[in-house]
Amino acid sequence: MAKQDTHSGSRDPSALTAHELHDIMQRGEVKCTELVRAVFARIERFDARVKAFLCLFRETALEQAERVDEKLARGEEIGPLEGIPVALKDILCTLEGETTCASRILKGFRAPYEATVVEKLRRAGAIFVGKTNLDEFAMGSSTENSAFQVTANPWDLTCVPGGSSGGSAAAVAADETILALGSDTGGSIRQPATLCGIVGLKPTYGRISRYGLLAFASSLDQIGPMTKDVEDAALLMNVMSGQDPRDSTSVNLPVPDFTSALTQDLPGIRLGVPQEYFGEGIDDAVRESVENAIDIMRQSGAEIVQLSLPHTEYAIPVYYIVASAEASANLARYDGVRYGFRAADADDVISMYEKTRRHGFGSEVKRRIMLGTYALSSGYYDAYYLKAQKVRTLFRKDFEEAFARCDAVIAPTSPTPAFRIGEKTDDSLKMYLSDVFTISANLAGLTAISVPCGYSREGLPIGVQIMAKPFDELTVLRIAGAYERNRGFALRKPPLDGEGTE
Amino acid sequence: MSYEAVIGLEVHVELLTRSKMFCRCSAEFGAPPNSRVCPVCLGMPGVLPVINKRAVEFVIMTGLALNCRISDYSKLDRKNYFYPDLPKNYQISQYDLPIALDGLLEIELDGAKKRVGITRVHIEEDTGKNLHPEGASYSQVDFNRCGVPLMEIVSEPDMRSPQEAYEYLQKLKAILEYLEVSDCNMEEGSLRAEANVSLRPAGSSEYGTKAEIKNVNSFKGVQKALEYEIDRQSQMLSSGGTVVQETRMWDEERGITATMRSKEAAHDYRYFPEPDLVPVVVDEPWVEEMRKRLPELPGARRVRFVEQYGIPDYDAGVLTASKAVADYYEQCVRSGAEPKGASNWVMGDLQFQLRETGTDIAACKVSPENLAAMLKLIADDTISGKIAKTVFKEMFMTGKAPAEIVREHGLQQITDEGEVGEIIDRIIRENPEPVESYRRGKTNAIAFLVGQVMRATKGKANPQLVNKMLEKKLS
Repeated sequence: MAKQDTHSGSRDPSALTAHELHDIMQRGEVKCTELVRAVFARIERFDARVKAFLCLFRETALEQAERVDEKLARGEEIGPLEGIPVALKDILCTLEGETTCASRILKGFRAPYEATVVEKLRRAGAIFVGKTNLDEFAMGSSTENSAFQVTANPWDLTCVPGGSSGGSAAAVAADETILALGSDTGGSIRQPATLCGIVGLKPTYGRISRYGLLAFASSLDQIGPMTKDVEDAALLMNVMSGQDPRDSTSVNLPVPDFTSALTQDLPGIRLGVPQEYFGEGIDDAVRESVENAIDIMRQSGAEIVQLSLPHTEYAIPVYYIVASAEASANLARYDGVRYGFRAADADDVISMYEKTRRHGFGSEVKRRIMLGTYALSSGYYDAYYLKAQKVRTLFRKDFEEAFARCDAVIAPTSPTPAFRIGEKTDDSLKMYLSDVFTISANLAGLTAISVPCGYSREGLPIGVQIMAKPFDELTVLRIAGAYERNRGFALRKPPLDGEGTE
Repeated sequence: MSYEAVIGLEVHVELLTRSKMFCRCSAEFGAPPNSRVCPVCLGMPGVLPVINKRAVEFVIMTGLALNCRISDYSKLDRKNYFYPDLPKNYQISQYDLPIALDGLLEIELDGAKKRVGITRVHIEEDTGKNLHPEGASYSQVDFNRCGVPLMEIVSEPDMRSPQEAYEYLQKLKAILEYLEVSDCNMEEGSLRAEANVSLRPAGSSEYGTKAEIKNVNSFKGVQKALEYEIDRQSQMLSSGGTVVQETRMWDEERGITATMRSKEAAHDYRYFPEPDLVPVVVDEPWVEEMRKRLPELPGARRVRFVEQYGIPDYDAGVLTASKAVADYYEQCVRSGAEPKGASNWVMGDLQFQLRETGTDIAACKVSPENLAAMLKLIADDTISGKIAKTVFKEMFMTGKAPAEIVREHGLQQITDEGEVGEIIDRIIRENPEPVESYRRGKTNAIAFLVGQVMRATKGKANPQLVNKMLEKKLS
């Protein structure tokens, strides 16, 4: 079944991982400019169909690459991410280009400052390729809610890449970048990573500064890496993590070397398998692949523990109340007064607000603002918002009890592989169910990763999710790394131009 | 029927921190529009607030000074409403868990003391300011004040008259000034008061329907607005009408309150905990540290002034009502002035000149040391008390030292008996009639002669000496 992917065979550098590229650039086998050109060549070839990017930073990227080459020519050492192309989800503030959150209301907006993670990556020498598409304000699971374009899944262009970080996932999968950043509020990194066959890590809330991340749901949002393998995710974590004086919710904890966990196998590790994640509504191929993955983890030395997370069924309603409530306030600032889109034909300030927001926001965003406003309204607050917050503590308790018995919880990331573009756009509830397995980690403040673990009969990728205690990214990475090493099959490449599988 | 007024006050004060509540922008007043702003206080996409610790400390100190309980756990909340001067369209404030609560403030009216309960003291951020250029089809917003730390002090409805409300505000302002947490400048908007007032039949213990009064720009304004409102409500009730719960604007010029275009009506602020900030946890050591940092407050200072300087309680009350005045007085006494004399001058001529010229005591050209020096000149008979008034006025205008003024204008008192005697002899020669009538027993004729001597010496002769010598020479 598994074929060697051909373009890495032909040593197209865009097909490699960051750590591989670092080594060969340092050895002088590939120049950084060659790498950056190769990435932009892929974008030129495929992005008209994939539509992962909203904007590109070609010139600055090439200039930066030349400086890296000069450094290499002088025989200097380069850092692990130096010269490595990174795509940024267009929810992060950058000084270059626009920051739109894929919303008409921010079309043309240029941020006056740079997100902390962007600054950290820039200082580490990463090269920004451009900014990727997403569901408007990260609200969605398919990237179809973008105001600007629909991103296609590189594995099947008639399918969605997942969302909301669908542009970043598709870009990594299509080798249009080496690394990408996403943000995860209810699964927005892990679900598209799964659907596009890449690695996606949601760090613990508080691990990475949110400063400069356009807020959707402040108590849930977290930035994280989307990569071709686990080691690359660890490398990005090394650079992005740490307390930021500009984010009071970022936590003052030492930042370990996340790559240090990657060489160990799994003896002594107990893995919990929650029954609620393997019930109805889960695709057979997904179930089979995830069970195979669990089996491989067992063979790598892990002990498997069956357990229950009894409140799982409330995850979606609780999430849509809490996240929408926070969003209703977070998105209030988009009013046409100071920046972004302003409706032209307003008579007074109230009609300016109304028209600006009516025409500036898409329907899913408006739906959630209304939902959240309702949940916070006088007379409903206790029944919805307060109740949801109380249930949220029950998820935490569920997981605390689970982690007393195991080191990590293993589950599918998405109940199905990628679905067709347009398939769920008319049915919000069906769309919301795409996140049924990922939301709990956000509500409980955990860390979780999705790693490719197989393919459906149609050749669409499937991922397995590994969740661990808050701030235990090392365990998540260790298990993911061990699984990746022992997986027993080679990863395919999407059949974008007849290469790869099919 | 006679009614009793029930009054509560909400006071907002901008805190004197160097930077704003949630960002590093300067909180200083009076810069060109939108020059003290950054992405955070402008509510740009993706920004996050970080609490100004000093602002929290100011609230703790205020809470302690108002005898409040300091919550060991409090949190910030979002108060949601749309207004162009509020860039996030929510204000970060405190809803159900304020930093300080359950305090009291003692006021004094006509010698009677009364305790006014303090419901709560909480922290929030100030908003910007909408500007409406005349004739323009647009409005502008200045965000310089946006994000400046604002402390809200809410009283219990414990006051029963506009005078009590006025006394409460005076007392509160004095405490805030002593704490140096706010400059309490109503003109610059760093102190704002809102009153709510309701009436009930005298003797009743139930509350009536209250009206909230906004847009009051001075303490006297609060008193006047309350007087008007009490009158309005009482007429309404007496004629069988009912009071509507509403927010009313005080119109200073017309001296009336009027229904405000009610955006307040049934406003649902949809408060919820601010997820971008962690709770404020104030542990016992922190409270103790703040308690140690409390300065001597007006009440304690008043008692000490009476004990230490032996001045009347009335004087001590007047002097300590303003920290700046009390500091001035104390510096004056420390520089050697006799305490009661200093009190008379500070409460009298100094206050008069400050009021006349609209000068703040901080900008007063007469240093406390110079005032003390002047009092010394009176005490050692260098100048007379009368001449001193002239000297003081010049000190106030020029800032010169009293001795210098006395020297320049030759105002030194003439105490030499020979010199005074010569002048007396001349006056006796020139005024035979009054001299005659004095000798005939009309002893009050001497006043005229003393006056003549003083006039001849331009007031510089020592009056006691003149009197004594005249009597002697005429007898």
